[in-house]
Amino acid sequence: MDLTLRIWRQASAESKGQFVDYQVQNISADASFLEMLDILNESLVMKGEEPVAFDHDCREGICGACSLYINGRPHGPDRGITTCQMHMRNFKDGETIVIEPWRAKPFPVIKDLMVDRTAFDEIIQAGGFITVRTGGTLPDANALPIPRAAAEDAMDAASCIGCGACVAACKNASAMLFVAAKVSQFALLPQGRPEARERVQNMVAKMDELGFGNCTNTYACEAECPKEISVSHIARMNREFFGAKLSAPLKKE
Amino acid sequence: MSLAGLFLITFLVVHLTINILILFDDTRELFNQAAHFMLTNPLIQTFQWVLFAGFIIHIILGFVLQIQNWIARPMRYERKGFSETSYFSKFMIHTGVIVLIFLGLHFANFFFKVKFGPIEMIAYESGVYKDVGALVVALFKDIWYVIFYIISLLLLGFHLQHGFQSAFQSLGLNHKTYTPAIKLIGNIYSVLVTAGYLAIPIVIYFFK
Ligand code: HEM
Ligand code: SF4
Ligand code: FES
Repeated sequence: MDLTLRIWRQASAESKGQFVDYQVQNISADASFLEMLDILNESLVMKGEEPVAFDHDCREGICGACSLYINGRPHGPDRGITTCQMHMRNFKDGETIVIEPWRAKPFPVIKDLMVDRTAFDEIIQAGGFITVRTGGTLPDANALPIPRAAAEDAMDAASCIGCGACVAACKNASAMLFVAAKVSQFALLPQGRPEARERVQNMVAKMDELGFGNCTNTYACEAECPKEISVSHIARMNREFFGAKLSAPLKKE
Repeated sequence: MSLAGLFLITFLVVHLTINILILFDDTRELFNQAAHFMLTNPLIQTFQWVLFAGFIIHIILGFVLQIQNWIARPMRYERKGFSETSYFSKFMIHTGVIVLIFLGLHFANFFFKVKFGPIEMIAYESGVYKDVGALVVALFKDIWYVIFYIISLLLLGFHLQHGFQSAFQSLGLNHKTYTPAIKLIGNIYSVLVTAGYLAIPIVIYFFK
């Protein structure tokens, strides 16, 4: 198929970007979206032009590196998959595809379609972990009895790959779905409980400090999340947050 | 935000039950009596300040929230997003601002006049009251006023359709069976409350 690509080009974080139109020909419907961009980039390199920069790593939907806001939707038109898992059969011959980077103040563009998602790492550093030493000294995780439903729910939350599509999709650029997934995966398990109150407060404070927007429950995040993380985790985080605010703080030594 | 919103949601029901009384008799006795009760009962008069606070908190938070959200996305997308969302959630600030303008007019025309303006008295067997009802009927004889009311109230309905269930999610309530029930109740509530308020200017304009 032949396509027109309307791609955001921006040489560096400081420079002003603009859209540039490209034509690609003879793209197979079985090609993946990123393969199609590879084909475009090869042709650009042949012509001595700068290739389009975009994030990718595993190309199998598990690492969270790929992004791209394609025709008004993060990770493109298909549901429940990442951009790297999407195939060209989702598009029609002759179509114009508009490709933009994630747009959010805490996700500045590095180059072209690549954005800096360090903000997510900072949120994790604010509390998205449990403070125990791992290694041979721990009891086996399987020795802890955990209700199956809790384990399932925690696993659903833990499937978040930190791609940032939720922020990109949200009209408020809110990171609530990401943070809620990271809060939930610990809140549901006994290992996460002792630090749950501090965790939720610190992670939410960090999220606000970094300049993400506020959640107004539009639910666009849930619709676009490649891992189909449910907004019920946001409600859980809200519960955890109010509970933490209302309960007596733990004593610090 | 959510608590103030839910508080305003209950207020709307109380306000409607009183207003709708005006449609039930031609002498406006029921309504004037109820208005008299609202204007003189000390509990209601005290509670009125809580209500103002509820509005002010909700409005200020609404603006702050929205401004922060605009700042959070300095660069807009070229292609508008069309993700599946709670539809009216996209227009909360717009419907909210119209409701706010409506509130301003509503206050100028009813609240201040009823409280401070000269109002004719009317005598019934049950007593002598301010004829607040006459004021309402007079205003709703103006077609432009009626049209503005209809538009604002429809937008309020849209605001409520998203707001009702949103408030519960914000408070942390999301449940396999309760959430669909809340959404259903929210839809029924929005339609009934909007229809109830709409009935007043329309019936008065055409039939009183
Ligand atoms: C009788 C009048 C009103 C009622 C019953 C009402 C009710 C609600 C409710 C229940 C919510 C959802 C809250 C949440 O999810 O946390 C909401 C959201 C909102 N309201 Fe109102 N509202 C009213 C008037 C206004 C006015 C006058 C404004 C003026 C700007 C406004 C602006 C907003 C905004 C921006 C939101 C979105 C924020 C959010 O979803 O949390 N509202 N409203
Ligand atoms: S919640 Fe979903 S959309 Fe958001 S970062 Fe995680 S995987 Fe990506
Ligand atoms: S490249 Fe790893 S998820 Fe897409």
